[in-house]
Amino acid sequence: MSMNMNMSMNETIVSEATQPQEKAMTEKVVVEETNAQSAPIEEGKTVGKPFVENAKYKLRNVEVFYGQDRAIKDVSLDIGRNEVISFIGPSGCGKSTFLRCLNRMNDSIDICRIKGQIMLDDEDIYHSKKDVVELRARVGMVFQKPNPFPKSIYDNVAYGPRIHGLANRKSDLDDIVEESLRKAGLWNEAKDRLHSVATGMSGGQQQRLCIARAIAVSPEVVLMDEPCSALDPIATARVEELISELSESYTIIIVTHSMQQAARVSNRTAYFHLGHLVEVNETNKVFTTPEHGLTESYITGRFG
Amino acid sequence: MKKENEGGYGDHISHEFNEDLAALNADFLKMGYMVGEQLTNAVTALIDGDGFKADEVRAKDKIVDKLELEIDDEAVRIIARRQPAARDLRLVIAVIKMVADLERVGDEAKKIAKSAMALSEEGHAPHGYVEVRHIATHVLEMLHDALDAFARLDTEKALRVMKEDKVVDEEYKTATRSLLTFMMEDTRNISRCMSVMWVLRALERVGDHACNLSEHVIFMVEGEDIRHTPMEIAEKVVER
Repeated sequence: MSMNMNMSMNETIVSEATQPQEKAMTEKVVVEETNAQSAPIEEGKTVGKPFVENAKYKLRNVEVFYGQDRAIKDVSLDIGRNEVISFIGPSGCGKSTFLRCLNRMNDSIDICRIKGQIMLDDEDIYHSKKDVVELRARVGMVFQKPNPFPKSIYDNVAYGPRIHGLANRKSDLDDIVEESLRKAGLWNEAKDRLHSVATGMSGGQQQRLCIARAIAVSPEVVLMDEPCSALDPIATARVEELISELSESYTIIIVTHSMQQAARVSNRTAYFHLGHLVEVNETNKVFTTPEHGLTESYITGRFG
Repeated sequence: MKKENEGGYGDHISHEFNEDLAALNADFLKMGYMVGEQLTNAVTALIDGDGFKADEVRAKDKIVDKLELEIDDEAVRIIARRQPAARDLRLVIAVIKMVADLERVGDEAKKIAKSAMALSEEGHAPHGYVEVRHIATHVLEMLHDALDAFARLDTEKALRVMKEDKVVDEEYKTATRSLLTFMMEDTRNISRCMSVMWVLRALERVGDHACNLSEHVIFMVEGEDIRHTPMEIAEKVVER
């Protein structure tokens, strides 16, 4: 949903913009509750391999505040090109907050402040001159609940390319729509009903439509915030299959509550805990021999 | 070295997961001690020339085999239903591999029992019992230590078992050499000496299986597969 944030006039957009704020409030509460737990975490120290060569994103000493509360504490991380990286961690650990920093979705939250440096291809995305619209065209997003516009399937996918002026002719637009739907694995199911309303599709189809809509503007990065949590196992499998195909062309960052999903789809896995980035490692390593005790407790279901 | 945050297998949020893993653990150890008992009885039957006891060992091997199937089944069920990760996963995988070793130890006990029956009918072999007793004591200790290392997640103990295996190999070589001498001295001894030789061979194999168990214990605790690597690497992994 990369383009909808740019259109504050649109009704759907307005409701979307308020959604992160509500989420942020609940997250804040959880952070306070779990603060009571003592955890052997050294601030700013991430075990494993947080840095890669030829990184798409370079994040250094990132801190996120909601008012006085520090939701993200001194996180440094590289995200590689064409990498699938998943963020896991208990509720309130800050993984969604962190994800939303990557295309400045937190801008819409008044009390939210961000410190540190977030570089996309060596450009500071929080630079005062940075065009947020352009950023979000480069960094698309797919949300937890499928949220197609109440328009036709075609218009949903064509929406972004139209705003960003990516197609001059109708035939170009048709091509973009077809290609996006194909990449999202939805073409065969949708080609005969392109002009029927998108909300009439099943949940899994709607989510793949949202993915098609996100990739229609040719982003470089796709952020996914629990993209499968509202889907059944078959639709989940389709989306996961899609993720591995898309990773050939895009960098994909996925927040998930399903550890099995992180294990299945990602190259690297990052474990967040109470706003700290505790461990980043190859997914194979994280799920067989995690380095940090907290990571191990979490992935083996020992938390509390 | 023991890792901090060890905690055992009983601290999951899911109570049933705790119970599943605890049951797997307990059943594995039960099988381990049963196999050890089989081996002790087989060797005693041999030395005492007790055909009846040897027969018992052979019959009881069926129970060992059945336990192997049960434990494998439990492990598969845990993987299917709980999707264990990290050390839970390593425990389950290690157990699946280790039961195969235990089952083989059970088979070796059966083989020894068979030889014991043959010798109880043919009459005592003139030589080799001292060696059998000695090596049997040694490998039984290794087997128990390996099981103990598993139960306590004690990789240092596991490493010691692996080192002991080298000693057993030497003892086995020496014993076979002396038996060969006896066979050459008097050809009438050959048949009975060969029976003892098979027993020694079986015992030496038990040492190998104890060594395999130890390797799996180290994998389970440290997450590092040290099979087919030099002892120095295993030492480094354990000392870490």
